[in-house]
Amino acid sequence: MRVLGISGSLRSGSHNTQLLREAARLLPDDVDFELYDGLKTVPPYDADDETDRPAAVERLVDAVRAADAIVFATPEYNHSIPGHLKNAVDWLSRPLATNPLRNKPVVVVGASTGMLGAVWAQAELRKVLAATGARVVDGDLPLPQAHERFDEEGRLADDEHAARLKELLDALLEQAHAREEHAVAA
Amino acid sequence: MSTIAQARDTLPAGTWNVDPVHSQVGFAVDYMIGTFRGSFSPVEATLEVAEDGSASLVGSTQVGNVKVQDENLQAHLQSPDFFDAERAPKITFRSSEIVRSGETVTVVGELAIRGTTLPVELTGTFAEPITDPYGRERIGLALAGSVDRTQFGINWNNPLPSGEPALANVVSLTAELYLVKA
Repeated sequence: MRVLGISGSLRSGSHNTQLLREAARLLPDDVDFELYDGLKTVPPYDADDETDRPAAVERLVDAVRAADAIVFATPEYNHSIPGHLKNAVDWLSRPLATNPLRNKPVVVVGASTGMLGAVWAQAELRKVLAATGARVVDGDLPLPQAHERFDEEGRLADDEHAARLKELLDALLEQAHAREEHAVAA
Repeated sequence: MSTIAQARDTLPAGTWNVDPVHSQVGFAVDYMIGTFRGSFSPVEATLEVAEDGSASLVGSTQVGNVKVQDENLQAHLQSPDFFDAERAPKITFRSSEIVRSGETVTVVGELAIRGTTLPVELTGTFAEPITDPYGRERIGLALAGSVDRTQFGINWNNPLPSGEPALANVVSLTAELYLVKA
């Protein structure tokens, strides 16, 4: 089982990337986790480039195709999804009928330094991912005041948040296993 | 007179297979300001009518057979947001009771969509047998009913600026079946 983590925050000290590292620790040992590091290089979506996609897009598409499930961690910019993350999903959505997110189990979590923990951005990203045809886990993890939520070792300080993250990851893996079993049965 | 009255309460005996070229199952659902329509074709269906008049109708179609006027919407309808074709690729119907009264037919049965099977009642009209240009006997069934899509787990919606949902839950179904005697 391979799980890909995509952080919508590009900065090196990102709380969302930290949340994905915590997700990696909470996943079972037999799960390979990859933290995607190429989002910053993905150029703006341009339909003219679809037939000869930029290398950074190809790399992103390959990473998504290779994953059995994806964890997105999104910050909230102006009450919504960061532009570069939406842009990446827009690239991944094309062409809609055969895109690499199609039927892919995905879950969305998010962190912000504000009071609401990127809850709106998570809701919007879930909607966008569902529109691409992804199998979106119904649930969120809003991590508010994220700068106070990790201990010195970078672990989630609050058991409640860790438990919620684990719960969402379990739901994600359940969907991924169900898809695997369905593929075998078919 | 009594013979005619009896015949008008039963369907003509035989095995009647759907003509997939001319038959269609349609759906209509209120969306924003109007009614959005789509269809499934081809469909498979067989009507079996025993000599005693008892009848059964079974039918199915692939979710991939959905026809709408935009390829992106067609793709969206296949996804987990709607029919979830990966896990439930087929829509099936099986009747439990068929009652004819003159030209009116009522078909009660079970409809399975997205892994959920629920009772549904379809009513409509029956067209008496004719012989087609190829010498085959044909009858027609035109049925209609409605379902609540959310009961099948099809919950997608999008709010209008007013906050009202864009897509209604009640979906009208129609089945225009051309049936050819086997």
